[in-house]
Amino acid sequence: MSDASGSVVRVAIVDDHDLFRAGVRASLGPRVEVVAESGEVRDAVRAIEELEPDVVLLDVHMPGGGGAEVIRRLGESRPAVHFLALSVSDAAEDVIALIRAGARGYVTKTISGPELADAVCRVRDGDAVFSPRLAGFVLDAFAGEIPAAQVDPELDLLTPREREVLQHIARGYMYKEIAAQLGISAKTVEAHVSAVLRKLQLSSRHELTRWAVHRRLIEE
Amino acid sequence: MSSHPAHRPRGGMRIAIGAGLLLASGLLFVRAAGPWPGDAIVWPAAVAALGALLIWRASGALPVRRRGWAAHRPPEASPVASSRESSARVRALGRPEVSRGGLGVTLVLASGFAFLWANGALRPAGETVLAGLAVLVALALIFAPSWRRLARSLAAERTERIRSQERADVGAHLHDSVLQTLALIQRSAEDPKQVAALARRQERELRGWLAGGDSREGAEQLAGALETAAVEVEATAGGTVEVVAVGDCSLDEPAGAVLGAAREAMLNAAKFAGQAPVSVYAELSDERIKVFVRDRGAGFDPAVVPPARRGVRESIVGRMHRAGGGATVRALPGGGTEVEIAIERRSRP
Repeated sequence: MSDASGSVVRVAIVDDHDLFRAGVRASLGPRVEVVAESGEVRDAVRAIEELEPDVVLLDVHMPGGGGAEVIRRLGESRPAVHFLALSVSDAAEDVIALIRAGARGYVTKTISGPELADAVCRVRDGDAVFSPRLAGFVLDAFAGEIPAAQVDPELDLLTPREREVLQHIARGYMYKEIAAQLGISAKTVEAHVSAVLRKLQLSSRHELTRWAVHRRLIEE
Repeated sequence: MSSHPAHRPRGGMRIAIGAGLLLASGLLFVRAAGPWPGDAIVWPAAVAALGALLIWRASGALPVRRRGWAAHRPPEASPVASSRESSARVRALGRPEVSRGGLGVTLVLASGFAFLWANGALRPAGETVLAGLAVLVALALIFAPSWRRLARSLAAERTERIRSQERADVGAHLHDSVLQTLALIQRSAEDPKQVAALARRQERELRGWLAGGDSREGAEQLAGALETAAVEVEATAGGTVEVVAVGDCSLDEPAGAVLGAAREAMLNAAKFAGQAPVSVYAELSDERIKVFVRDRGAGFDPAVVPPARRGVRESIVGRMHRAGGGATVRALPGGGTEVEIAIERRSRP
């Protein structure tokens, strides 16, 4: 495991668009080395098992199952590998599914090269990367749309502070700026975001389903 | 998955059987304890009622609760899975209804016969009826396979028609939107700004369409209207405007004021922000609306507003005050400006 923050990050890109992979590779810059590229689930799983990259950039939709399937097939076998969803799809259910499968964050494909490299480094260091859009989805998922009496008692809800941090992310603030605004350290902001990610991955399936039905993401 | 759509009719059948058994036990109780009009009337009537219920349900005359089934589906359903399910639904169109309806018809007919037979009404015509029944059964046995085939091919044809209709809709939409835009992009290949703007607008439009939202439908809700406003601002002022909305609310008068003010703020931000994207974050509910518009431009001191910006400020702050809400404009320490627009709404009855 190489988590010394100065070293080059080894990255695998899993996306079925050749042009897009080429574009990402070109824009990532010197801090990141692309060790594998794959456009297909089985191929990607094999490459990741063999090369153990630090970070895998995952597309949401691919022939043969998409990013969530890649994470599922790898299971717990490669704990050092971190996943970051990078997708053109900003449909809430796709993104939430990938996060719940184990991705450490989600950025849209319109992200700039330096920002993406930055996100890759943060994911390698174990941080969560929330784009404004993901923050919006999560706030929506945990929003007080469900009356308190109906809420599952074992359900993990967001603390007011976590909510505040997410709102700032959704408003387009960087972690540093959020820290300054809220009078806390950037590390604390990161800790809040990681906590939200964990809650998202562990929270009762019931709640998120209800949210999805509410948003009419699930038909009927 | 126990909640797979194909399992639905079986669940409905179970409920019907349970209800039938309950009814039967109730009737048996009445038969033993209370006044009893006679076996010959009550039993056929009960069976007929059950059959009628089945027919009604199958024909959709009774509301069938479906939401409850969907609620058990895990949220991870990928589009692949959901398209598989929707095709399964298409395949199952008709089938459970026919079998349920068929069972109902059989029950009603059988109860009718039983009633007539038990009351002796069939005796005079006994032989004729028996002969007729024999012929009916024979005919049914002979023609059943071809009926089945006919029904199946009709269902297949219907499915195919639905599919090709969908394909035609998708084709028409792509033609009107994506192909047109691609043509425009080829023609304006020398102007990268124009190309980016075209691509961006098309992307948004396609996304909205994929999300199932009709643009007309989106205009009645504030979240959709904010998206639309962002697209318009991008088209007129350039740059990118990212909208993140949590919740939604209808586009009534206070929401309209917020929309107008937010549009001004976006326009302003896009003009002064330079290349960095403008972030719009909206929290929408029936009680409260909050919209934040922030840019990473040079920023300005709100106390020393440049004249060019005063009119814009008036149209944001002034408008919100008149609508009974408020707006604040503040310069951010790291550079950039954030406009916060907020209004309380009375929750409607």
